[in-house]
Amino acid sequence: MEPANSPSKAAMISEADITLGEVDKALVEKGKSTYDVKCQACHSIGENRVVGPGWKGMLTRRKPEWVMNMILNTEAMLSTDAEAQKQLEQCLVRMPNQNLSKDDARNVVEFMRTL
Amino acid sequence: MKRSIIITGGTLGAAAGLFMLVNTLPGCRPSTNVQSAVTGDAANKAYVKPGAYDEFYNFVSGGFSGQLSVYGIPSGRMLRNIPVFSVNPESGWGFSEETKPMLMTTHGFIPWDDSHHPELSQTDGVPDGKWCFINGNNTPRIALVDLGTFRTKSIIEIPNSAGNHSSPFTTGNSEYVVAGTRFSIPMGTDEQRDVSIDSYRENFKGTVSFIHPDPATGKLDIAFQVITPGVNFDLSHAGKGPSEGWFFFSCYNSEQAYSLLEVNASQKDKDFVMALNWKKAEEYAKAGKGRMVPGKHYMNWYDDAKHTGISEVRNEVLQLDPRELKDLIYFMPCPKSPHGCDVDPTGQYIVGSGKLAALIPVFQFSKIQEAIAKNDVEGDFMGIPVLKYASVIKGEVKKPGLGPLHTEFDANGFAYTSFFVSSEIVKWSLETLEPVDRVPTYYSIGHLCVPGGDSKKPWGKYVIAYNKITKDRYLPTGPELAQSAQLFSIDGPKMELLLDFPTIGEPHYAQALPAELVKPREVKFFKIEENQHPYAAKGEKEAKVVREGNKVHVYMTTIRSHFTPDNIEGIKLGDEVYFHVTNFEQDWDVPHGFAIKGAATAELLVMPGETQTMKWIPDQIGVTPMYCTDFCSALHQEMQGYIRVSPANSKVELKGVTKSYDAGS
Repeated sequence: MEPANSPSKAAMISEADITLGEVDKALVEKGKSTYDVKCQACHSIGENRVVGPGWKGMLTRRKPEWVMNMILNTEAMLSTDAEAQKQLEQCLVRMPNQNLSKDDARNVVEFMRTL
Repeated sequence: MKRSIIITGGTLGAAAGLFMLVNTLPGCRPSTNVQSAVTGDAANKAYVKPGAYDEFYNFVSGGFSGQLSVYGIPSGRMLRNIPVFSVNPESGWGFSEETKPMLMTTHGFIPWDDSHHPELSQTDGVPDGKWCFINGNNTPRIALVDLGTFRTKSIIEIPNSAGNHSSPFTTGNSEYVVAGTRFSIPMGTDEQRDVSIDSYRENFKGTVSFIHPDPATGKLDIAFQVITPGVNFDLSHAGKGPSEGWFFFSCYNSEQAYSLLEVNASQKDKDFVMALNWKKAEEYAKAGKGRMVPGKHYMNWYDDAKHTGISEVRNEVLQLDPRELKDLIYFMPCPKSPHGCDVDPTGQYIVGSGKLAALIPVFQFSKIQEAIAKNDVEGDFMGIPVLKYASVIKGEVKKPGLGPLHTEFDANGFAYTSFFVSSEIVKWSLETLEPVDRVPTYYSIGHLCVPGGDSKKPWGKYVIAYNKITKDRYLPTGPELAQSAQLFSIDGPKMELLLDFPTIGEPHYAQALPAELVKPREVKFFKIEENQHPYAAKGEKEAKVVREGNKVHVYMTTIRSHFTPDNIEGIKLGDEVYFHVTNFEQDWDVPHGFAIKGAATAELLVMPGETQTMKWIPDQIGVTPMYCTDFCSALHQEMQGYIRVSPANSKVELKGVTKSYDAGS
C-alpha cells in the first residue's frame, strides 16, 4: 500500500483566482481575527521579522496568490518555490501549515492590504 | 522594534503454572532452530518497503504493561503504544490534570492494570475500525479506545467483579461488550461481603456484565449484570448468524475451589461453557425484571472538545438473577478448564478449548437449542440446568495436540487452534473435525489472531502467534527477554512461518483488520476554533497569568518554536501553579512537549489544537527553566523559558511575557 503524497492537496492558487477591488472592511475584520489566532505568534504587522517576516508592505514584495499559496500550500511552496526557499534560509523555521480555508487565506490578504 | 506582551494578575472565574508441564513432557519443547523453520521467500512476504504502508493494523494487548500496542502486519513494525490503564510519562497520560480522571476508580487513582483482550467494535458482525475495547484484568475495568485519535476515550469500572478476565467481547453491532468475572466473590452489604473464605459455595457468586457503548459519544455504561453460580469465568464470545442473541462463556473451577486451584480446580473431567441468552436478558432488563443492587463504580470519559477527562460515580447496578429468570443461562459440560470459547464465522459452532485436555469439543448451536427445548439435561449446577454433553456437540477434534487454548477461523471453513503445552498451531476442518496441518511455535503459544478471525467475515491471509516464553529467540537482554509474536502465512494449504517480532508486556489476545478501515477516520489535529477547554488560549492574545489565592493559572501557548509567556515572575513558594498549555499549531504530527526542572510529574505532550495542564508546586526559590521536549523545528532547542520563584512573602508583581527583540527583516 502506498501512502498519500501530502497531507494537504489543495490546488495551487493562480493570479486569475484573485481580484483585488476596493478594500472590503468585512473581509479585513475576518482576516484580522484569523491573524490573531493563527498567525500573530510569528508575524508582526510591522516591517520587522519575528519568526517569519513582518506583514507591513508584504503585498509590495509578493503577489497575493504567492501569499495565499504560502498559507494554503506551505509544504509545496517550501519545496518548490525559489522565493519561499530564500525566505526559509533567513527564517530557518519551516512555516507551519495552520490549515486555513481558502476563504480564510483570502481574508488574511485583505487584512494585509490595510497594513 | 521591541514587541512584548505583558500580562498582569487578574481574577478569573496462568502461564507460569503450565510452564512446569512443559518441562515434564519430554519432546514437547520444539526446536528453536530458525533455519529449519523458514523457507523460500518468507522475507519477501513480510517485507514492506520504506515509505509503504502495512496492509493490516494489529491491536495487541500490552499484558502487564496495561497498555494496547499497535503493529503493522505483515512487517511486524510497532506503530504505537496506546496508554490505557497505566500511566505513560511519555505522553503525560495519568499525569496531566486532564487525564488523571481517566484512571479514577472506587479505590482512588490507580496507575496500572493488566490488559488482556483487545476486541474491535463490529457492524453486522464484522470489525468496523471505529473502536477497540480492552479489559483491565486486575481492578475490573473496560476501556474503549477511539481509532480516530488512537486514544483511550472511556473507561468503566465493573462492580461485583474481581479479576475481569472474560472480557471485553462484543455483540455483532457492538450493542454490548461483556465483562465476566474471573474470581467469584461475596457481594452485597458490608455484612454480606465480610464472610469466611471457606463459605465459597454458599456465599460466593460470579457476574457477567453487559456494557453499552454509546454510539455517538463512546461513553461506556453498564446496562445490566447477570449473577451466576460461583465459578471462574475465563473467556467468551458472542453468537452470530443463527446464534445471534446468545453469548458463550468458558468457566473453570466448577469444583468451586478457593485454595490451591492448581490442584483443587483440576479434579473434574469437565467444567462448563455457559450459554447466555442476551436478547432475553435485555428484554427482562427493559421489562423491569431485574433489581438495582449496590455496585459503586466509576465511569470515566474523555471529552475531545474540552480536552478533559470527566469522572462520574454510579452507586448501583441493575442485576438479573437466572434462578428467578429461568431461561437466561444454561451450562454445557466442556473438557477440562476451558480457555477459548470461540464461535465460527457461520455462527453454528462454538469451539471450547480445555487447556488441560487433549481434544477440542465443538458445540453445535442448533443442538443446544434442541436440548433446551426438550429439557435434555443431565442435572443442575447450583440451580442452573446442565445440558447433556453428548446432545449438544457436533463432535470432538481427537488428539489434535496438548492444551488447546484458543481458536480463530479463516473464511474457508478452517479453524486454527493454539496449543500451549505442545507449543504449536493446528489447522483443522470445521466440517470433518480432522487436523490438516500443524506448525511449531517458539514457544508456548497463548492466543493467536487471524485478521477478522472471530468475526462473520475473516480476512484471513495470516495467523499471528503470541508466545508466552521467548527463550533463545532473540539476542539476550538479561533475565527478562522481549515477548514474542510470530507471523505465519495461511494463504496456501500449509502454514508458513514468515517473521518473528518482539512485543511489549505479555501479549495476550490481539485483533487485526485492514488498514483501509481505520485510516479514513484519522484525526490529524484538533481544530483550535473548536477547543472548549476552560483554560485554552486561542492565540497569543489570550495568553495570560492569573492568580486566585495561592493558585496561579498560566494560560500558555506553543507554536514553532516559542512559548507565550516564556518569562514568568511573581510565583511564590506555597503557590500551586497550573500551566495550561495550548498548542495552536494546526498541522499533523506537530505536538509540543512541556517540562519544568524539578517538577514531580511527567512532561506534557500537547497535540495540535489541544490544551493540557501541568500542576507544579515550586519548592525552591530562584529562576527555574522550562522547555519543549518534542523536537519541533530547527529552533526547537531555543524553545525554552524561565519561571522566577520568590519567597512566600514576596511583593514581586505577577506577570508573564514573551519579549521579541528586533530581528531585522
